Amino acid sequence: MAERIRSYEITPESAWLSRRAVLGAGVAGLAAWPSHALSQDWLGQRGFAPGAPIADEAETPFEYASAYNNFYEFGSDKDDPARHAHEMTVDPWTVEVSGEVAKPGKIGIEDLLGGIDLEERIYRLRCVEAWSMVIPWIGFPVKKLIERFEPTGAAKYVAFETLVRPSEMRGQRSFFSSIDWPYVEGLRLDEAYHPLAIFAVGMYGKVLPNQNGAPLRLVVPWKYGFKSIKSIVGIRLTRRQPPTTWNLLQAREYGFYANVNPAVDHPRWSQKTERRLPSSLFAPNRIDTKPFNGYEEVAPLYAGMDLRKHF
Amino acid sequence: MNPVRTRRVDWARPALFVALATPFALLAHDFWLELQSPGAAFGADAGEAVTRYLGEWAIRMLMLTLAVSPAARLFKRPRLVRYRRVCGLFAFAYALTHFAAYLALLAGLSLRGVLEDFIERPYITVGIAGLLCLVPLAVTSTRGWQRRLGSNWRRLHRLVYAIGALACVHLLWLSKGGYGEAALYGALLIVLLGERVARIALRRRAAVGKAGKKG
Ligand code: HEM
Repeated sequence: MAERIRSYEITPESAWLSRRAVLGAGVAGLAAWPSHALSQDWLGQRGFAPGAPIADEAETPFEYASAYNNFYEFGSDKDDPARHAHEMTVDPWTVEVSGEVAKPGKIGIEDLLGGIDLEERIYRLRCVEAWSMVIPWIGFPVKKLIERFEPTGAAKYVAFETLVRPSEMRGQRSFFSSIDWPYVEGLRLDEAYHPLAIFAVGMYGKVLPNQNGAPLRLVVPWKYGFKSIKSIVGIRLTRRQPPTTWNLLQAREYGFYANVNPAVDHPRWSQKTERRLPSSLFAPNRIDTKPFNGYEEVAPLYAGMDLRKHF
Repeated sequence: MNPVRTRRVDWARPALFVALATPFALLAHDFWLELQSPGAAFGADAGEAVTRYLGEWAIRMLMLTLAVSPAARLFKRPRLVRYRRVCGLFAFAYALTHFAAYLALLAGLSLRGVLEDFIERPYITVGIAGLLCLVPLAVTSTRGWQRRLGSNWRRLHRLVYAIGALACVHLLWLSKGGYGEAALYGALLIVLLGERVARIALRRRAAVGKAGKKG
């Protein structure tokens, strides 16, 4: 077969140029810029190991993956995040690691990622709303980062928290939103330590656009998209199962586990099939949904559990 | 003074028709763009985009229809009521095409899928109930049916308030995370229905008052 042209290689750069790169161009003495953000330069210097494509499943073009998002901090329509997420300042960015760890602390994002090798992972992303994409993420296993903080023996779960900054996140200012900010998510520690679970800092060869969860987000490909929390500022190791946003809102609809499962239906969307985006008028691209989103290797994590009950 | 009246040509009617049909025309234009280059008009998820667009116009037209009579009273323009029918028929047309978009683009033309949705998904149940209730209203919207049904016609067409309520519940149950739009339309419905209830209550009281004087 002819050499594959990756969709992002033909994507105009203007779409993802980071704020800092724009500012930086006009600033003398760029080298002295106190840097806490992840820029394109940063990613370029770090480099990443290319990932393996999914056989017979095309990547969703970048312009769709960066324009069709659920990120309620910026509004509830799919195009709200792409329109408004640029208002979020991602430089500087600090993450607080706390709870059952020997070395808690607040760390600037660049230091947090110091010495971590980046790799590309081409994953399916299945949203609970019955659509899906294939996205080439750039990141690293969750385990690598969490281990640095030396979880204690008591740590059984890991909780994540998204930025709260209503001045820059208009969805958080919305009077009608029923979400209690911050957005919180969590995993059992053994789930988080599964090699498929990653933190992403980039996609399509670039740093993450804000609407996709810059500068640091979770990607857990066998779970519905809402588990893959964006723009993380807090990581807490806990003894007990942490609260999670959608579960708090509608426990009957959204479980803690939220594993992709065509056998467990949802009161709003049938989970048997999905629209693989782009889904156009003339090619809706409807495909069957697979258990664990096709990542059956995670099944042993749930051995002996009734996944209809723990949905 | 009013050229419309002197020439007896009601230009308002075709103008209204064009206005009410404009969202359809814009959609047709988007279909054409989409034909040239998929994704150009409807983005990543055409089914969702088209279904939502038509659903939004269906509820707007429904609210507009409900607002005609109160507006006629408020502005003391009883003849406005003549335009209620075309508004209602457009509400029905948008609701019907909204359903068609759902059927073709989201349910993949699978009647089993629709049946499953109808049974398992409450927001679909109330949506279909609303659409079904619109059918007899659209059918009996002609002057002939109005005459034939006599005073029952008014009674039947009060169903439109129930349809408005079903549409609001549909919207409430399908929204996740925020209920702004549902609250907006719900509030509008309460105002429109409230106007009607208050007016009837006032008339009753006046009637009772008169009866009291007589006795
Ligand atoms: C009186 C009739 C109806 C009205 C007024 C109505 C109105 C609406 C409105 C306002 C929305 C939200 C659009 C948005 O959030 O932007 C909506 C969404 C939706 N409606 Fe309806 N609807 C009606 C009947 C139906 C019927 C009969 C069905 C299908 C059986 C249906 C299926 C849907 C679906 C699937 C969505 C969500 C689309 C998505 O977000 O993916 N509706 N409708």
